[in-house]
Amino acid sequence: MSGLDNGRAVANGRYDVPLVVAGSGDEPARRDGRHPAPEPAPDAQGGFGSAAPGQEPAPRDAAVPERAGDVWDRRVASGLAFLRRRLSGDYEVDEFGFDPELTDAVVHPLLRLLYRDWFRTEVGGLEHVPADGAGLIVGNHSGTVALDALVLSAVLHDRHPAHRYLRLLGADLVFRMPVVSGIARKTGGTVACNPDAERLLRSGEVVGVFPEGFKGVGKLYSERYKLQRFGRGGFVSAALRTGTPIVPVAIVGGEEIYPMLADIKPLARLLKLPYFPVTPTFPWLGPLGMVPLPSKWLIEFCPPIPTAHLTDSADDPLVVFNLADQVRETIQQTLHRLLERRPDPFGP
Amino acid sequence: MTPGGTPGAPGVVVVTGVNRYLGAHVAARLAADARIERVIGVDPAAPNPELAGLLDGVERVRLDLGSLGGLLVDLDVDTVVHLALVTAPDPQQGGRSAMKEQNVIATMQLLAACQRAPGLRKLVVRSSTAAYGASFRDPAVFTEETEPREVPRGGFGRDILDIEGYVRGFRRRRPDVTATVLRFAPFIGSTADTTLTTYFSQPFVPTVFGRDPRLQFVHFDDALEVLHRSVAEEHPGTFNVAGPGVLSLSQAIRRAGRVGVPVLEPGLSGAVALARNLGFGRYGLDQVDLFVHGRVVDTSALEREYGFTPRSTVAAFDDFIRAHQGGVVLTRERLAAAERAVLDGIRQVRAAVREQP
Repeated sequence: MSGLDNGRAVANGRYDVPLVVAGSGDEPARRDGRHPAPEPAPDAQGGFGSAAPGQEPAPRDAAVPERAGDVWDRRVASGLAFLRRRLSGDYEVDEFGFDPELTDAVVHPLLRLLYRDWFRTEVGGLEHVPADGAGLIVGNHSGTVALDALVLSAVLHDRHPAHRYLRLLGADLVFRMPVVSGIARKTGGTVACNPDAERLLRSGEVVGVFPEGFKGVGKLYSERYKLQRFGRGGFVSAALRTGTPIVPVAIVGGEEIYPMLADIKPLARLLKLPYFPVTPTFPWLGPLGMVPLPSKWLIEFCPPIPTAHLTDSADDPLVVFNLADQVRETIQQTLHRLLERRPDPFGP
Repeated sequence: MTPGGTPGAPGVVVVTGVNRYLGAHVAARLAADARIERVIGVDPAAPNPELAGLLDGVERVRLDLGSLGGLLVDLDVDTVVHLALVTAPDPQQGGRSAMKEQNVIATMQLLAACQRAPGLRKLVVRSSTAAYGASFRDPAVFTEETEPREVPRGGFGRDILDIEGYVRGFRRRRPDVTATVLRFAPFIGSTADTTLTTYFSQPFVPTVFGRDPRLQFVHFDDALEVLHRSVAEEHPGTFNVAGPGVLSLSQAIRRAGRVGVPVLEPGLSGAVALARNLGFGRYGLDQVDLFVHGRVVDTSALEREYGFTPRSTVAAFDDFIRAHQGGVVLTRERLAAAERAVLDGIRQVRAAVREQP
């Protein structure tokens, strides 16, 4: 991938390729001082190893008998068994293309390094996300590159007691781009449209949506933490139709990772992108400009807004707009509260 | 296999396209059903010697679908099963224009004849999940109510939309006829021979770079079962027929032990169209769109209405793999052996290192 291509893919995807972080050469400090396994093996190491579910080190169907009591032996064996399963197609994807094995073994470990060691993320209010059954998580969008969606999904899976997967809804631009579209689907994403949202909610999934869309991701640094317009409120009608509680979530820290100082609109039009960002480091430093700045992140899930009693009003625009406004207000106020708790964006 | 004693069982059945693989198998299966009095196979083409053995119990009429009207009235036909669809243009048989003639014009003529047959009670039409088209804004799973967001670029997809449009018109004009439209996912199985089965039989399989479409198949035997039940029972409506579950293309290629060769997307459509016009290359825009967008349908309506669940996409594909072991590049056994060799090697090296002081 050339630097430009990479920049393009990263600059506008709601789903960013986490390669930027992995390849940045930064070796983040590890809480327990251990080093990662060389294989893309499911790593049970790390500060909250207990938070990695379904990743027992012993492979279920290894072709080789293992020797007991040797950590490295088991890691290598499970890594090889993982590679074999991948190469022989011996895994399952759901009807949306979600591949839990790949997400657990490759994507979430990379994101874990990012949100835990690079962004020092603190999470609150996880009890507001339902442990079973559907939930619609609505967040503020920020950061030029939509790392916030990816971080939110990894945080929810790692820290929530029921280890729920967040099924993200992405703009159709995400699914237009080769490679990015594949990663988006494999990590549980799908196109933001009502049929898909309702289908996921009806099957009891936790769905994540960012109603600001590109207006939120592509806003200038001077407008940080000011919520943009919430579109037509399609997410509210999806929740109403399925009677799903809406959980607003405020994410602080995303705005500072790539502070967008200017937007070169003609270039964006030329490349058919919603915006072309200029940050203190991009495009001046080339690929190095794609390293996110290490801001301090706070994520707060707010109390759920029940909608089960409003199922009949899914097509009533007034109810939909009022509810969307309520969600928007909740997120905005929580953002202000979190910002007071974090005076220094790059603090510890 | 089929619930017996159904009052809706027909007397005289006409099956179109019996000189093709699907038509011949359906006609043979209906002929073997004792509840059905007569099965008449209609095809304008000369009989296919490979399939002739199947058609012993079937009365065959070599007839253009345009002149079907007299036959329907004279023989007091009460059910028509329309299977004569061409999925890909055949350069030897007139290419795309002949394909459109056979798909669209012949269906129009057939429906016109059906409309004027007073004794007709049932019409079963083969359609395809290509009816949903392909667009980046598509929902991940199509239900029968999903409207295509863009008209398909491929010829087959457009034909399917036309055919379904004509069937809608027929339903309006003859509400007394039970019309069943079956939208089939691509057929696969141990014996079926389609564009996709030849595609997956090659050792090196072209894919589109950066795209990993979700695919669904229906096993050929399950398709036969659904068609049989549609004739023997009453199932008005439009139904998706596909194996539940999903395979991604990369996963299917790996399961089949083939090697995917990614091809860059820009210019691919043009290159495919050009190759097609020049008369070589088996793939058209229908296939390109499928391999970029993928296609997954909801089959709950079929399961509710027919009380029948086709075997899953994965099981259907496994059946295909078992029958096509030639040309396999990577088998599971070879991968397991490689895994064992690497692991043993690492263990030996580590043991040797440990023994050194």
